[in-house]
Amino acid sequence: MKTKLYAFIPLVILIVIGLFFAIELRKGPSKMPSVMINRPMPEFVLQPILEDQEPFAFSDLSGQVSLVNIFGSWCAACVVEHPVLMRLAHREGVAIYGVAWRDTAIDASNWLQKYGNPYRKIGLDAESLLAIDLGVTGAPETFLVDKSGNIRFKQVGPISNQAWEQTIKPMILLLEAEE
Amino acid sequence: MTRILILFTIIISFGFNQALAVLPHEQLSDPVLEQRAREVSKNLRCVVCQNQSIDDSNAQLAADMRKLVRARIVAGDSNEQVTQHIVDRYGNFVLMRPPLKQSTFALWFGPLGFVLIGGLVFWQSSKRNRSASKQNPKTKIAQDPQIDEIMKKLRK
Repeated sequence: MKTKLYAFIPLVILIVIGLFFAIELRKGPSKMPSVMINRPMPEFVLQPILEDQEPFAFSDLSGQVSLVNIFGSWCAACVVEHPVLMRLAHREGVAIYGVAWRDTAIDASNWLQKYGNPYRKIGLDAESLLAIDLGVTGAPETFLVDKSGNIRFKQVGPISNQAWEQTIKPMILLLEAEE
Repeated sequence: MTRILILFTIIISFGFNQALAVLPHEQLSDPVLEQRAREVSKNLRCVVCQNQSIDDSNAQLAADMRKLVRARIVAGDSNEQVTQHIVDRYGNFVLMRPPLKQSTFALWFGPLGFVLIGGLVFWQSSKRNRSASKQNPKTKIAQDPQIDEIMKKLRK
């Protein structure tokens, strides 16, 4: 009888390992912790997408708490996120900057005309230069940047109302209070 | 003939596989630098596709990362510097072969540990079996008249 119980040990171990893989593999690379948190925003200068605007550069972010949102006119999840960004920009007064990632100036402009423009400035990153510098793996991704230009939080995927209320808004309030 | 054909197809398809992702216009004119770029790229994970290196991924982000790798090699970075540049931004996850260090110790030596444990269990149980069969060789079988009968029939 004792030996019979022992015989089940490998099975139990197998089930435990199987469950571990089933859970961990489902997470996918987008759930990896970012190594960019608490690091300075990389220096960049991106060309504008609308002709009447200036380039969007690192220096635009200094002295304020801001959100840098990676989007693209090709990105389906960005359409889902867009109403939230519009509300944050126009009702809550959040400084949001846009990076049109792997996009063209024309496509991005048309997209913003269709859905509205929540961004103070928009830079075009057609060849992923800033995206790779930020360790971006997909769109949308949003970086919360503090007054001294450090990345303090990264939202992977659309900002939901819940993520805004429970995580990002409290963090912005804290960072606003920082010197 | 069929075998030769299959072998031929496999070799051809391997060739195509390699040529697919890295497009001709991406490649560096200097073959030595291009070779280094390929080596670096093969160890960098495509972050939008699972378990493919940027060298054999067709994803656009992988193409942009290949471009960056080549730009940095041309600018004079060593292979290690280029790899580190990407790791600084994406973490160790971006490496196809995780580095050997304290946090990845279990990853590298875990399998060896399991083999050792398995071997130990196997050794112990086989030792027990051996000593058991020495102490009472064939006793049970010999005592059962029915099995005796069957064994006799089988031997005939």
